[in-house]
Amino acid sequence: MTTPPQVSAPDALHAVSLIVNGTAYALEIPARRLLSDALRHDLGLTGTHVGCEHGVCGACTILVDGQPMRSCLLLAVSMDGAELTTVEGLTEEGDRLGPVQQAFQDCHGLQCGFCTPGFLTTITAGLRDDPDPTPEAAREMIAGNLCRCTGYQNIVKSVLRAAELQRGGGDA
Amino acid sequence: MTTKAFGARVARVEDERFLRGRGRYLDDLAADALHVALHRSPHAHARITDIDVEAVLDVDGVVAVYTYEDLTGAMADPLPLLIPHPDLTHGRTQYALAKDQVNYVGEAIAMVVAVDRYVAEDAAARIVVSYEFLPPVVGLDAARAADHLVHDDVPGNLAATSTQATGDAMAAISRAPHRLALDLDIERSACTPLEGRGTVAKWDTDNGRLEVWSSTQTSTGVRAAVAAKLGLDLSVVDVITPDVGGGFGVKVVHPWPEEVLVPMAAMALGRPVKFTEDRREHFISAAHERAQQQHVEVGFDDDGRILGLDVEIWHDNGAYIPYGLIVPIITTTQLLGPYKPPVYKATFHSLYTNTVIVTPYRGAGRPQGVYAMERTMDAIAAALGKDRAEVRAANFIQPDEFPYDQGLIFQDGKPLIYDSGDFPQMLDKVKALVGWDEFAAFRDEMRAEGRRVGIGLACYVEGTGVGPYEGGHIQVETTGKVKVSTGLTTQGQGHQTVFAQIVADELGVRFEDVEVVTGDTRRMPYAVGTYASRAAVMSGSAIALTARSVRRKALELAAEALEANVDDLEIRDGVVEVRGAPGAQISLGTLAVLSNPLRYAFDEASKAATQFSVGDPDKVPVPEGTSPGLESRDFYSPPRSTFASGMHAVIVETDPDTAEIRILKYAVVHDCGRLINPMIVEGQIHGGVAQGVGGALYERMVYDEHGQLLNASFMDFLMPYVTEVPETIDVDHLETPSPLNPLGIKGAGEAGVIPSAAVFASAIEDAEGIVITRMPISPSELYDLRRTHAGSDEAAVAAVEGDS
Ligand code: FES
Ligand code: FES
Repeated sequence: MTTPPQVSAPDALHAVSLIVNGTAYALEIPARRLLSDALRHDLGLTGTHVGCEHGVCGACTILVDGQPMRSCLLLAVSMDGAELTTVEGLTEEGDRLGPVQQAFQDCHGLQCGFCTPGFLTTITAGLRDDPDPTPEAAREMIAGNLCRCTGYQNIVKSVLRAAELQRGGGDA
Repeated sequence: MTTKAFGARVARVEDERFLRGRGRYLDDLAADALHVALHRSPHAHARITDIDVEAVLDVDGVVAVYTYEDLTGAMADPLPLLIPHPDLTHGRTQYALAKDQVNYVGEAIAMVVAVDRYVAEDAAARIVVSYEFLPPVVGLDAARAADHLVHDDVPGNLAATSTQATGDAMAAISRAPHRLALDLDIERSACTPLEGRGTVAKWDTDNGRLEVWSSTQTSTGVRAAVAAKLGLDLSVVDVITPDVGGGFGVKVVHPWPEEVLVPMAAMALGRPVKFTEDRREHFISAAHERAQQQHVEVGFDDDGRILGLDVEIWHDNGAYIPYGLIVPIITTTQLLGPYKPPVYKATFHSLYTNTVIVTPYRGAGRPQGVYAMERTMDAIAAALGKDRAEVRAANFIQPDEFPYDQGLIFQDGKPLIYDSGDFPQMLDKVKALVGWDEFAAFRDEMRAEGRRVGIGLACYVEGTGVGPYEGGHIQVETTGKVKVSTGLTTQGQGHQTVFAQIVADELGVRFEDVEVVTGDTRRMPYAVGTYASRAAVMSGSAIALTARSVRRKALELAAEALEANVDDLEIRDGVVEVRGAPGAQISLGTLAVLSNPLRYAFDEASKAATQFSVGDPDKVPVPEGTSPGLESRDFYSPPRSTFASGMHAVIVETDPDTAEIRILKYAVVHDCGRLINPMIVEGQIHGGVAQGVGGALYERMVYDEHGQLLNASFMDFLMPYVTEVPETIDVDHLETPSPLNPLGIKGAGEAGVIPSAAVFASAIEDAEGIVITRMPISPSELYDLRRTHAGSDEAAVAAVEGDS
């Protein structure tokens, strides 16, 4: 059975302002809207992926004021005024791939690419804290993210390669 | 100069968009779509007595709600049984929305369409369904006992019993000097790609066409199913596979209920409609695999050579059997691996349970078959006090015995004939890679430190590249760009890269100029799908053949244009040159212009093809037997499957106190014929090994006696993180080209996961001196095994001394 199409959502709307990848956005959203959904569906930034919506896989990881956080566990209304970085914001001047992105390309650190945005943001933050990780530290850095395709071997290599690129060792 | 792309570690072209967050996965599409949420059964086995959807209609933002009552025509029939088989006497499939009975927790009962997923879920939760409960049948013991039936009209819960034999195995076994019997068990796991299932549909009223996007492993399969279910001509249905966040088998089933319900709603409502599965839904309403009980009888001689092998398997197929008997057929045929028992008989029973359906998961029945065979090899070695590798070697098919006919019928309905391989060489390689011969010394060293280690070995043969066919279409644009399409889909295997490598070499163009599209029925309506490690073999071969036709066509056109002999021409970097005549050349782009005789010029380049500038006035512009355009569409259809093979070896350490299992070394030798891109093949192996580790040591589906899946989240289903996988995976390749296809390739997609249960069982048994018969195995289970095992730890260790 069908009823005529309606377009009114039930929840009361709240004004939220977000700065995402340096651009300011003003949103009117229900209180229950997940940050992951707000980014993906309200702002159209679909690079952030949702693999579990219960905080375990890490695919939805973004940087909130520089800190990696799981956007599926945050309500967008709680982010008013926050500065967010998503995978779309990891490229450098002139739309060049950032060092972590470049490292993933160099080391075949991705297959289906679904988990990748969460790894890229996590590693970006991780390398800021530890710019020269040991292999053990590199594993530790990604130990909270799930990937079903790569077996992690090349992701660990990508972490080390990204560190090398950041240090300016591009040709190494 | 064009460098050879085939065989090179070419970086992937798809990475660029994925790394920038510009992939287009299913849920990224159709921002304006309505969203669906399904009301799913919370009960494993019940009759539906009433469905009350009244309360749904009060929810603001709800557009429609559907139950079985609303389904008409073919939509009201059960979903298709995709692969019928004469032995599948009691095949049952579900309805798109449950009719009057539910048979597993998670079965779809009603579908709500609303403005967004939040509202749709609110509404779906308001549906009230009344049930009359039936006793659930959970697990193989209950299914075999058949005290209760899943389907009233399926006696013994038996969907099928099927036997294949090459002779009287029991007679051969009874004549053998040594005999053994084993009872083995393997539990459920699942593909769990990071992206779940999903479908978007739009009905284009202006053109009278239905456009469907689905996160699928077979766009042509979905297309045929949607057309049949909705009563549409195939020609008005387009199915497009966007970027897919992993498949591993679960996305090859079609149609999923949602794949036909969503298009149905889109047509009825005249608005785009989207279904995006959430993680819990993926656990309880997609598919699982692996669960089997196995009984093996084997007779062998003093060298461990098998003289007769008899296997009986009970396979849990879940509540319905849409994918037919493929998984247990693969188990019983691929069980033979690299060995040649002179007499073999295998019987399987495929049984219904009130749990999620079972369909192929990477490996698709092979991990279970390899587990049965390799456990048997280890048991023979233990019985004879022989080295486990030696016993295997005594049973190998030899390199000069190919093609080797196992005398059985494989999953594709064709004879099980191995095309090529070299198992003795492979064994040497894997032994060297893992340090098999040095292990005894290593074990002593570790023992001196109070540490306990074990080594395991497992061998497999994997039928890959199954037919019936795939196709390729290649068009050279007037810009010189080369557009390639093939119908099968991609879920992370890097097809855009490897197929471009093939075309670059075959056609003589720059890799960067080749652009590949997969899984779009608008571009290639004839295709089968991506499963069974078949994409490289099937589409790779089809695309190579297509590139060769385009090349022929280009050379003929060039010969005319350059007034040269075809045999004197070569194509390099997209330019046809006359050998030994510098300057005599023409680009493929220009040939594309000339290949399409024109009346009208629409740009500078096309002037060259207009009627007053080209062509012999005495000849027809498009001679018989040719067609306009520098393009071709060709197909590849193999006589039978190719057979890849591999051997894995692992060294594990088991903690004497906690029974934790740690991987010290993991070695893989793999033969998938010629490698198109070793980097991608190794990536596939890494991923497979990690999935295998999960399946052997961590993952299982924990059902309670009521049929509730207790661990339906990533919190409780223990998929490996980086901390659970081996720190390094040592990989070595062997390349025995397949004689069956133009490129000599086999297939690599599933290989990594196939021997995992077997190789870990072997290694843990070796470390502990306790026979392992159930997989997966957790530290608590190992701990319990130790306690129940007769005798002390010292006795157990003594029992394995002298073995490898
Ligand atoms: S989607 Fe947020 S952690 Fe999985
Ligand atoms: S690349 Fe597919 S899940 Fe990580």
